[in-house]
Amino acid sequence: MHDASDLGVVAAPAVGLRARGWGWRHSGRTAWALRGVDLDIAPGERVLLLGPSGAGKSTLLAAAAGLLDDGAGESEGVLEVDGLDARAARTAPGAPGTSRTGLLLQDPDAQTVLARCGDDVAFGLENHGLPAELIWPRVDDALRLVGFPYDRAHATSALSGGERQRLALAGVVAMRPGLLMLDEPTAMIDPDGARLLVESVAGVVGLSPHAGSLRSTVIVVEHRVEQWLGVVDRVVVLEAAGGVIADGPALDVLAEQGPELFRLGVWVPPRFRAGAGGPARSAEATGAAVPRGETVPRGETVPRGETVPRGETVPRDAAVAGGETERADATSVAGSPGTSEPGRTIGSDGPARSLPALTARDLAVRRGRLAPVLTGVDLDVVPGEVLFLTGPNGSGKSTLALALAGLTAPAGGELVAIPELAGAVGPHPVRWRARDLVTRIGTVFQEPQHQFVAGSVQAELAVGPRQARVAAPDAARRCAEVLGRLRLGALALANPFTLSGGEQRRLSVATALVTRPGVLVLDEPTFGQDAVTWAVLVDLLRELLGSGTAIVCATHDRDLVETFVDEGRGRELRVGDGTVRPVAPTVAPIAAVVAG
Amino acid sequence: MTVLSLGADRDLRPDAFVARANPVAKLVVALLVSLTLLLTVDVVTAGVALALEAAVLPWCGLSAAGLLRRGWIVVAGAVPAGLVTTWLGVDSGEVLLAVGPVTVTQGSLLAGCAITLRILSVGLPGVVLLATTDPTDLADALAQVARLPHRFVLAALAAMRLFALMGSEWESLGAARRARGIGDDGVVGRARTASGQVLALLVLVIRRGTRLAMAMEARGFGAPGARTWARTSRVRRSDLGVVLAGVVIVTVATVAGILAGTWHLALT
Repeated sequence: MHDASDLGVVAAPAVGLRARGWGWRHSGRTAWALRGVDLDIAPGERVLLLGPSGAGKSTLLAAAAGLLDDGAGESEGVLEVDGLDARAARTAPGAPGTSRTGLLLQDPDAQTVLARCGDDVAFGLENHGLPAELIWPRVDDALRLVGFPYDRAHATSALSGGERQRLALAGVVAMRPGLLMLDEPTAMIDPDGARLLVESVAGVVGLSPHAGSLRSTVIVVEHRVEQWLGVVDRVVVLEAAGGVIADGPALDVLAEQGPELFRLGVWVPPRFRAGAGGPARSAEATGAAVPRGETVPRGETVPRGETVPRGETVPRDAAVAGGETERADATSVAGSPGTSEPGRTIGSDGPARSLPALTARDLAVRRGRLAPVLTGVDLDVVPGEVLFLTGPNGSGKSTLALALAGLTAPAGGELVAIPELAGAVGPHPVRWRARDLVTRIGTVFQEPQHQFVAGSVQAELAVGPRQARVAAPDAARRCAEVLGRLRLGALALANPFTLSGGEQRRLSVATALVTRPGVLVLDEPTFGQDAVTWAVLVDLLRELLGSGTAIVCATHDRDLVETFVDEGRGRELRVGDGTVRPVAPTVAPIAAVVAG
Repeated sequence: MTVLSLGADRDLRPDAFVARANPVAKLVVALLVSLTLLLTVDVVTAGVALALEAAVLPWCGLSAAGLLRRGWIVVAGAVPAGLVTTWLGVDSGEVLLAVGPVTVTQGSLLAGCAITLRILSVGLPGVVLLATTDPTDLADALAQVARLPHRFVLAALAAMRLFALMGSEWESLGAARRARGIGDDGVVGRARTASGQVLALLVLVIRRGTRLAMAMEARGFGAPGARTWARTSRVRRSDLGVVLAGVVIVTVATVAGILAGTWHLALT
């Protein structure tokens, strides 16, 4: 039993997990989500569970937490927590206010139960029947342990995604679970929030200089490996059909399986990606072959964290030489040092074709009818270049992106499209009819499901061309082409909502491309994506830039920004404090280096 | 609900007599007033009830301006309802105004006034209840004082929080549809788009609700065994005073209506 006086030392008996030939099949499916799992996790071990998307990692955690009922599907084999059947372990009596398992889920928005932070942490303790007078000390303890910056009375509605996730962690930790399970806890929060969450977890399990800590067993499921290496001591690799395919000390498994895991889409740290064949390079190596247009350089797809040797990026210029002539001008200007300054546009000394497609002057943007989040925004959206909008959560990146996409009305100032883009429908995108908009500016939302309106992938792709009055044979040809290019051909008849996260992302990009817009606006396109989808997107963006598309991209993904900025084809604007500021590239543009 | 909860905090004095009462006491008063005025449609009963409610407003912790800001939707419903009754209600007594088929008589004018006053006097306690009560406190009181099943109360509370997200979800869905080229095909097309958008919103809300339910379950919600309460909801002597005040208001109003001869059972 616990007592309220030992606030400094939070001790919970660690709980082990044992699986023997365990499998689970969701009701209504013919395939097993996972099968043949043999796994022993000893009390106190900290395990990172890896595997390709769809390997059933989340299912295993949900089952271990006792959340999979008979009605939800069918199980086989044995899954035990603390020596009890996992389902029984959830409800079997223990000490009041403690639970055998604690599970932190992916979506911060779907884990906040109550309006005040303290009440939310207390929720689990109440459910577990802890006497009221012991609850609040325990709540304070949990909030302190995760490094939560606010007091109990703080409103949960005012929290950012990362803070919300740490609050949810406090709610789990407060119950002193013997087995702490984290299901992709950082997939939906920004990098700063992710770093703080990992620090919180490290603190909770006693890996930081906190006074007291839980001695729980920890199981983490996460695509992004690097951030957890300081926390976990063991890596287990799962495969849907094969059960456990690798298991051992973290660094050993990564050294052995790194290239294979990377190929499957796991964000393996760069030093573990190299197989015998050298660094994992380009889309082919990551299994993400995308047909490229002739004008696209056969450059490197550089997943996360790798810097390209200067010389290897030179093919960009070579490709320009072999490409369209008007592109050659635009790109060579784009590569010159001055173009990263806002206000000075590529068009100012280039041919008419590379004038900014969209120009914002003194633009103010807002959500709904709220006060503007950004004011005084001056920027140009230039063909053949990615304009990155970066900045912390809630700074207004997405709001600005929606305004640039002609989806929300400016709260002040103006957004003007050049006649070449606008055609006969006037210079103000927000006044265009939707069907005119889709052929001019395409938008890919952060949440692909927001954009799905049809019952199959094929029908989904046909919506845009039909609305835009594209002739049927032409529309069919375009759909077929986009299906092939984004490798969705095999899924043409599938319901968009049943696709995996990466497939949904590719489909939402495909729906925007099929109407061939001159400007493409992307909101967090790489959020929560595995390494394979990431590489596909990067290749696709390169290809679009090569064909003269102007791209706007709101993102937290430093690797994405740096990839294009380093190539001289990206420009970064930092959004924050109510306006935007240009970010000077940290390295000199490559064209200048090559020239010198 | 969101309309009622908008407004600045300077409208509120949370330490006022009624504001700090147990939410269940406030709910009892609101129900008492509703039931009493459900029985009759007459100017005197409704008018006296409204006057008495206005008289105790200073002890409720909600300023008159705050009341209007949060309760305008009640006024917006009460006035048209009264006007329609005045024009179209059963005519009796002296004809005051006749324009074409529309006649306003003494009887229909009284009925119209009665309807407006009735809606206002029923609405006022409700607005005060919602404005001065934290939803979490209300849920605590419903489960601990009124002894409603806690699973039901807490699930409703969590659902309310999800509803708050629906506004921004709706906005995103609208923008996402425009981005797909949908929404400008005339009235029929717009109606079809809107219904599709409602369906999409429902799908999103249900998916999120399912995940929330899973998170709640993972934290022991619905597990067998006794649940404890971190926030104890207590009934104090002053809460009894609030209920008594409510009883006085409805009694005085009803007696006044009966004495004036205007009270008659609306259900018959």
